[in-house]
Amino acid sequence: MSTTNGLIGQSVKRVEDKRFITGMGRYTDDIILPLQTYTSFVRSFYAHAKIVSVDTSAAAKMPGVVAIFTGADVAAINGVPCGWQVNFKNGDTMKEPKHPLLVADKVRHAGDAVAMVIAETREQAKDAAEAVMVEYVELPVVVNAAEAVKPGAPLVHDDVPNNICFDWELGNPKSEVDEAMSKATHVTTLEFVNQRMVANAIEPRSYIGSYDAANEKYTLYTSTQNPHLIRLLLCAFVLGIPEHKVRVVGPDVGGGFGSKIFHYTEEALVTWASKKINRPVKWTAERSESFLLDAHGRDHITKAEMGFDNDGKIEALRVKTFANLGAYLSSFGPCVPTYLHGTLLQGLYTTPKINVDVTGVFTNTTVVDAYRGAGRPEATYLLERLIDLAALEMGKDPVELRYKNFIPPFDGVNQPGYQTQVALQYDSGNYEGVLTKGLEMLGYADFRAKQMEAVRNGKLLGVGFSTYIEACGIAPSAVVGSLGARAGLYEVGQVRVQPTGKVSVFTGSHSHGQGHETTFAQVVAGKLGIPMEDVEIIHGDSDSVAFGMGTYGSRSIAVGGTAIVKSIEKIVEKGKIIAAHKLEASAGDIDFADGKFTVKGTDKSIGFADIALTAYVPHVYPKDLEPGLDFSSFYDPANFTFPFGCHIAVVEVEKETGKVILKRFIAVDDVGNIINPMIVEGQIHGGLVQGIGQALFEGAEYDDNGQLTNGSYMDYCMPRADDFPVFETASQVTPCPHNPLGVKGAGEAGAIGSTPAVVNAVIDALWSGGHKVKDIRMPLTSERVWKAMQ
Amino acid sequence: MQIKVKVNGVDHSHDVEPRLLLVHYLRDTLRLTGTHIGCETSLCGSCTIHVNKKAAKSCSMLAVQADGCEITTIEGLAANGELHPLQEGFKEMHGLQCGFCTPGIIMTAADFLSQVPDPTEEEIRYALKGNFCRCTGYHNIVKSIKYAAAKMKEEVTV
Repeated sequence: MSTTNGLIGQSVKRVEDKRFITGMGRYTDDIILPLQTYTSFVRSFYAHAKIVSVDTSAAAKMPGVVAIFTGADVAAINGVPCGWQVNFKNGDTMKEPKHPLLVADKVRHAGDAVAMVIAETREQAKDAAEAVMVEYVELPVVVNAAEAVKPGAPLVHDDVPNNICFDWELGNPKSEVDEAMSKATHVTTLEFVNQRMVANAIEPRSYIGSYDAANEKYTLYTSTQNPHLIRLLLCAFVLGIPEHKVRVVGPDVGGGFGSKIFHYTEEALVTWASKKINRPVKWTAERSESFLLDAHGRDHITKAEMGFDNDGKIEALRVKTFANLGAYLSSFGPCVPTYLHGTLLQGLYTTPKINVDVTGVFTNTTVVDAYRGAGRPEATYLLERLIDLAALEMGKDPVELRYKNFIPPFDGVNQPGYQTQVALQYDSGNYEGVLTKGLEMLGYADFRAKQMEAVRNGKLLGVGFSTYIEACGIAPSAVVGSLGARAGLYEVGQVRVQPTGKVSVFTGSHSHGQGHETTFAQVVAGKLGIPMEDVEIIHGDSDSVAFGMGTYGSRSIAVGGTAIVKSIEKIVEKGKIIAAHKLEASAGDIDFADGKFTVKGTDKSIGFADIALTAYVPHVYPKDLEPGLDFSSFYDPANFTFPFGCHIAVVEVEKETGKVILKRFIAVDDVGNIINPMIVEGQIHGGLVQGIGQALFEGAEYDDNGQLTNGSYMDYCMPRADDFPVFETASQVTPCPHNPLGVKGAGEAGAIGSTPAVVNAVIDALWSGGHKVKDIRMPLTSERVWKAMQ
Repeated sequence: MQIKVKVNGVDHSHDVEPRLLLVHYLRDTLRLTGTHIGCETSLCGSCTIHVNKKAAKSCSMLAVQADGCEITTIEGLAANGELHPLQEGFKEMHGLQCGFCTPGIIMTAADFLSQVPDPTEEEIRYALKGNFCRCTGYHNIVKSIKYAAAKMKEEVTV
């Protein structure tokens, strides 16, 4: 099938923009249902405390109060489930304590909900929540994963010994890795923290549950990245209500970055309570609640060792990580530090022996789950910090060290995919290409001279590299199923050609900033040879979209886009049969291009809209062919996709203050074929700021009492516009060999590659001035950098 | 308390609770939901509107404080159905992704450009200090504002 009108590959302006720039977007909190009530939660101030009593009597008498529910009221309801099972090394299944909708026995992190107060207005609900009296007995607290596994540490769950959810390993047997490491002529060791991050979507989570008693049907409006997945979890795992009696709508959603993938207790509670009170129930998080309750990301404590031979070839990699999972298991919490982290530790290098050992740990903190990149930034940070540090230690050039260890180029068609030591098979790659391009943009040939000149002038200038790979297009269901996933990870795309030839496309890939309404329309219009205006992309409503698994893991174009392409192929195939009948030819002799069905070698043709009309007004029509032109397809990918790239940071470090000034940032990303370069670049820019934000500004900090000490925008340093230079971006294209669009996905690349580049640049700057510092804990605040220089 | 306000050129009069935030008045009472709430603490800038032609964060003002004021929200920015140059700029330069922060940023930028019609890159980035965007990395927002500045200059010249 040819693409005909040149739409694919063009920076088409976004069709969704109009509603957002005029204030006509419709986010969940914008919706007010008739007779809607508001809920406010009574949340624990303590990180760990036994609940002695909950007294709601005074609150119940407050003005406007409709209902109050406590842990006792929901004790018989299941908790929110975990969607991924990780096993212990000995084969035992992970520890999976209940994550109750409201807590009855003891609170396990600051913000844990004890009661739900429903009232006529937002303010009345808040007033009454303040009047609920909860008596606690404080318990000892543990917040650090490495501390939590030590004997005698406080237990977050009484029945989880040593707070260990699982211990897990992947790769070559540890004995083989130990042996290879012992033979290495140089071993670079790094002990570091990949700090806890807060996703901080600017739209706080918001839900409305409503119940239609006449039809016994629930509707949940939710700021989610995956409405169908929420419906599945809500119905089958939590409330035990029939799935066909629940409609889940994800309207416009104001950013997610992972934090809106997960099924949260509040979603289940507003749905459940709407039937209890027979009125709609709305909850919208305040920012302080977003900080305390939206799943956090990262939080690894890691020791990593990389062994090299005389020549600088990597011989072995050994990794031990304590992964903080928070107080409960979030929807995909166990998967992130294991199958999304350990599996990426091959990086771009031919390392022959790799062993990764991860202990998943409960602590008295907010749950941890996927945050933009999810596991892959942690793996990239580990590898790329090690390799730049190794270069400094061995007196080698970090660029040369990379070239020496890169997996050679392979296209996945003429050369096979690359089998890693850590379970994955890379699809296609040209890793030297992105580095070479990045070096050209940087002008690396002159950089070291400039750096020496800076030193002579009393300044510290540094360059840091990061050549990353990620696994996207999540995921082949059979593969992830064998690794513990409790869901399939296919996607669904339905293409409904209307009788007039206009096209409605229903996709399970929810869009919350990614621009699917444009990119997918480009694919459909491009493939069908019709104008973009004739295509509408519909997503986010489980009653109109057949099914779907949602948006995460940079999967939308690779998996959701391919599902749509499969439906287009069916439409063209059926269109050819109809056209053959009308043109009195055989279907095999019909070509489809430029929106026209043509008899090969003739000028006899019929337009797409005519075929559509014929399909719905089948007066002259092939015998035994069903009317209509409407196909739905499930696409389960053959493999992950593996985008990769090279990020380079140039920084200046102020000697007197330790302040890091980001002078340049270069990103060369290879995300396979590109449908809309403008949108892809936008995705990269956003990812860069989150990745650089982790390096320089952001990080959740808990004190020893389990209080999140920077749980507000006054305290948590969000990246701002004037923190950044103009980004220098470029792309290389190595098509994905196993999907028809040749696409790999671009949503997370910026956040995965950028963090270590910045930290490496700071370390490089310090070494240039004689400060041989191995590591500075992120974020690299002035204070930390200044201290490192003393 | 009784308040009178003019919002996007339309006069309104309502009896409001003294503690009602201006942003809730706009969103819930007037159903102008283009103004968003991202933090309730005046830091994220999603709720930025114009009060008497100056940018203000409506999450940190009480509705009663707006009594007698003239207010413009994102819904009132386009004149006679024509997009404001900033709205056009954000579309042309891909200055938005999820769109949640966008109304606040456009309102901030509109006030900024009225004071600094020909800003430098640095001045634009500084002017955005009170607005968070988590999607775009600000890169294309800066370009969008530059686009609008150029367009507005052109309009003045013409």
